[in-house]
Amino acid sequence: MSPEQLFEYLLRLGDNTLVLGHRVSEWCGHAPVLEEDIALANTALDLIGQTQMWLGYAGEVEGQGRSADDLAFLRDVWDFRNVLLTEQPNGDFGQTMMRQMLFDLWHDLTLESLSESSDPRVAEIAVKAAKEVRYHLERSSDTVIGLGDGTAESHGRMQAALDLLWPYIGEMFTPDAVDDAALQAGIGPDMVQIETRYRARLAELLGAATLSAPDAPFSQKGGKSGMRHSEHLGHMLTQMQWLQRAYPGATW
Amino acid sequence: MSSEWPLWEIFIRGQHGLNHRHVGSLHAPDAEMAIKNARDVYTRRNEGVSIWAVEARHIAASSPSDKGPLYEPSESKVYRHPTFFDIPDEAGHM
Amino acid sequence: MYAQMVKSEASQDDPEKLAAFQARIDAGEKIEPKEWMPEGYRKTLIRQIGQHAHSEIVGQLPEGNWITRAPTLERKAILLAKVQDEAGHGLYLYCAAETLGVSRDELTEMLLDGRMKYSSIFNYPTLTWADMGAVGWLVDGAAIMNQVPLQRTSYGPYSRAMIRICKEESFHQRQGYDIMMKMAQGTEAQKKMAQDALNRFWYPSLMMFGPSDKDSVHSAQSMAWKIKINTNDELRQKFVDQTVPQAEYLGLTVPDPDLTWNEETGHYDFTQPDWSEFFEVLKGNGPCNTERMAARNKAWDDGKWVRDGLLAHAKKKVARRVAAE
Repeated sequence: MSPEQLFEYLLRLGDNTLVLGHRVSEWCGHAPVLEEDIALANTALDLIGQTQMWLGYAGEVEGQGRSADDLAFLRDVWDFRNVLLTEQPNGDFGQTMMRQMLFDLWHDLTLESLSESSDPRVAEIAVKAAKEVRYHLERSSDTVIGLGDGTAESHGRMQAALDLLWPYIGEMFTPDAVDDAALQAGIGPDMVQIETRYRARLAELLGAATLSAPDAPFSQKGGKSGMRHSEHLGHMLTQMQWLQRAYPGATW
Repeated sequence: MSSEWPLWEIFIRGQHGLNHRHVGSLHAPDAEMAIKNARDVYTRRNEGVSIWAVEARHIAASSPSDKGPLYEPSESKVYRHPTFFDIPDEAGHM
Repeated sequence: MYAQMVKSEASQDDPEKLAAFQARIDAGEKIEPKEWMPEGYRKTLIRQIGQHAHSEIVGQLPEGNWITRAPTLERKAILLAKVQDEAGHGLYLYCAAETLGVSRDELTEMLLDGRMKYSSIFNYPTLTWADMGAVGWLVDGAAIMNQVPLQRTSYGPYSRAMIRICKEESFHQRQGYDIMMKMAQGTEAQKKMAQDALNRFWYPSLMMFGPSDKDSVHSAQSMAWKIKINTNDELRQKFVDQTVPQAEYLGLTVPDPDLTWNEETGHYDFTQPDWSEFFEVLKGNGPCNTERMAARNKAWDDGKWVRDGLLAHAKKKVARRVAAE
């Protein structure tokens, strides 16, 4: 795997956590109940911490002297490599938790595999992140099950959230040249295997939540390649990057 | 008001192996979520702790008026408290 | 955050019981839930702890306003952790109030329909990143000044909540001052931003201690019950004395031309805030009262289906377990 490819691969990991962490942090102060507010903030804090590690390492691999902050705050939309799922707006609490569960399930399997990466830095970061994400998944899947099975209203909202986000699942498993190179170098996981395990666990979870998987195989793509992000990402960046862009060179 | 999540009392045993200690309360729809919420609210994610959650209405408590008979006898047994004993400095920490 | 302008309730209880109760407080004993207490003590505490809890929750909003715009990943994490702590502190305080026989939902509804208040400081907007510094430094500084003595308050659950809160809050003021230091040592624009934040937050911070209560009957009762420890003026003076040298260190100017060190008293003489503004904000006419209440109402209304849904699921689980047995 070339350094350019490894850099690209690390950006994907770091941008996923950066963008999703940002989205989750938008809830702070607005959650349905205090306990959930606090729990969501913990999830966001973990994701921000993971971002610092992934993007920090990405900057080192790139070798141009860019820090994690430079990468987070000074790239434009086309340079972001997160999957489209993570940049989808929060919607209602159900949509947020559905997005979280769909991502956590993939994140958990991926980190488990990355914990045995041939790249020791990747493995080290993955081991730490995996512990945090295992808990995110427990919490988000419990919530999806609870709301899916809860009242008629909560069930309806969770089914709507699943239908809305369903087209964004596939991108997480569709390998490209970078993924193939990572697999061959023993750095990254076999996406096909991950998908098989993901689909099985998801089916079980949706069953417990009394939700039905849409019969729609189509997947959106363009996030992790950077080819075509959704319009949502640019708006997120205008907020996230505002200070760094408005006052270039200042330290905070 | 019936839609309010029940109140749970949270007890946590830290890494040092001491007994579970009451740390506070929170609301949760059921025991499983009470434990998860306790982890988020009261341990801010420290690993290696043990959490007990007890629904507040299930806690049996001595009534305040019993305070005399229940507590006074033990108050006279001052030897139960370590500071009762004067240990010479040369003996070191005990 | 703390509660300002809490009126204490008169007691109509048996004078003998009242005297015994007062003797316990004077002896430094803690009053615990379910023990006898004057109705006025209970009601005053519910109002004070409730107001304090509401202040924490509404207080998440002005700082939450900048989480998505924090300038670095580390600043974002610190700010998020701090605002999360405020949610935690609100939670501890609601739990303390619940031991007095009122539920969190009841308290929340009283906040949302305007029967209960929160600290007026949170009705001011946060307009620049320097405001995150000023809020931590000044607003948390003022809050801590009030909360530290409350650790010794007579009501056990309130005292324990305050102990936990003070312990967790020690980093809040420091992170605010740290932001101010970076700004004050930064570019011209950053220095200007820092001064502007101090200009806007100075007087509202002084207002946080509430109007002078030297001669207030309510304050005297609350102090006798040890649910208020110092007078508003004492705390305000202490705050000014502590804060002025900190502003000097930053190279910033406190927006009070009459601020002078008084050799005789050993304190700073300073200009009182505009109390008519304070009462307007309290009445609902502050710059952000409408937005703050709208945000809290929206979170509550939008969250109803979630609270109901998770509770319904919990009940179904129990029913299924019973059916299986």
